[in-house]
Amino acid sequence: MTAPRDLRLRVVAAFVLIFCISQVHWLPVAVAVLAWTAVAAWFAGLERHLWHRLLHVEGFMLLLFLTLPLTMPGQPIFSIGVVSASLEGLGRATLIASKVSACVLVLMVMLGDVEPVRLGAALRDLGLPEPIARLIAMTARYLQLIRDEARRLHDAMRARGFRAGSNRHTWRSYGNLIGMLLVRALERSRRIEEAMLCRGYGGRFPRRAQAPPSRSDWMRFAALAVFGIAVIGADRL
Amino acid sequence: MAHIPDGILSAPVLIGGGVVAAGGVALALRQLDDRLIPRIAVLSAVFFAGSLIAVPVGPSSVHLLLGGLMGIMLGTGTFLAVLVALILQLTLFGFGGLTTLGVNTMNMALPGVLLAIAFGPVIRQTTKPAVRAVLAGLVGALAVLGTGGMVSLSLGLSSPHYVPIASVVIATYLPLALGEAFVTAAIVAFLARVQPDALKPALS
Repeated sequence: MTAPRDLRLRVVAAFVLIFCISQVHWLPVAVAVLAWTAVAAWFAGLERHLWHRLLHVEGFMLLLFLTLPLTMPGQPIFSIGVVSASLEGLGRATLIASKVSACVLVLMVMLGDVEPVRLGAALRDLGLPEPIARLIAMTARYLQLIRDEARRLHDAMRARGFRAGSNRHTWRSYGNLIGMLLVRALERSRRIEEAMLCRGYGGRFPRRAQAPPSRSDWMRFAALAVFGIAVIGADRL
Repeated sequence: MAHIPDGILSAPVLIGGGVVAAGGVALALRQLDDRLIPRIAVLSAVFFAGSLIAVPVGPSSVHLLLGGLMGIMLGTGTFLAVLVALILQLTLFGFGGLTTLGVNTMNMALPGVLLAIAFGPVIRQTTKPAVRAVLAGLVGALAVLGTGGMVSLSLGLSSPHYVPIASVVIATYLPLALGEAFVTAAIVAFLARVQPDALKPALS
């Protein structure tokens, strides 16, 4: 099962699929879905840095496995003094961890390497208000530049002997750093606006209508949507 | 843990958060002057870059949320800046979630917007730097605590089993609120000295 190539359909399919997976309540279905997404991600040739994004949710998973078995009542697995871990809690933690991981994998396979500008255009076609699509494109464009500027200012602070510690001097210094970034950013935004006006900007970016999705893309979309509904069906039966 | 991933929240919480966030975004779009778009885009990039700095607080280090500062500088435009930043964090770094975009936008933007409506006018007009710094610090800290409270509430309302996790989450927001208070106070004091216009959300 592959994702539609058309970005608009891919966004909608990812949303439907993730919504369906996130509403699963039964452990066997959740584990099966996780296995399916892992296999799909493997066959899709998911890049290593995208697999690493599973680590972002690890802190939350750790909390789940630490709290749920200890706080949910049920059949004890083991007990240390007054504390006992329940099988029900462990099952619930596994259920949630499987769903969260499956959702991350679906997201990475379907939208992991999409450039923000293309995503903005696709969302625009799906009915997102035009100013937001424009903001996505411009923020993505200036993010890299401003991160470089922040790094230069930070390097300059360190070159002058600044060392971050937990004290008011550090917090004030970081405040001044961000304040300086903001002042420069405001100046830059004025220059950007003037440059845009000089090039005939009239309040909207020109936009080429995208070709309608092909029939095979609709088939892929339908397959994924049916799969999502089947997951919910299997869960509730 | 400000970015709630997919697969955790219940459908009513997801839909409720989505409705509130959509309302905020619609309000921001109605008040939006087209000429403000470059300003919001570049400031949003700064808030994003600022949140990547690790600030030491006690034995740990925190990443700033800057919700209170955004409220003061962007007003309702905060909803737009937060939504766009979350979409970018999702596609560039894989933080947060797709179905949770609405809830996360609401949790991060709403406290800052409301606090700035309450305290923003005094922060802009006062002639006493000490009053300004204290109020800005208060807005920074309360915005963080507001976000923390709403994240916990989103978890707690989704399932009673999340209540212990929600209380751990709230606890992690306490050092962040402290750091955020001092940094926000310093940023606002800096801007008031260097470029007071920057503290106004509208066009000057």
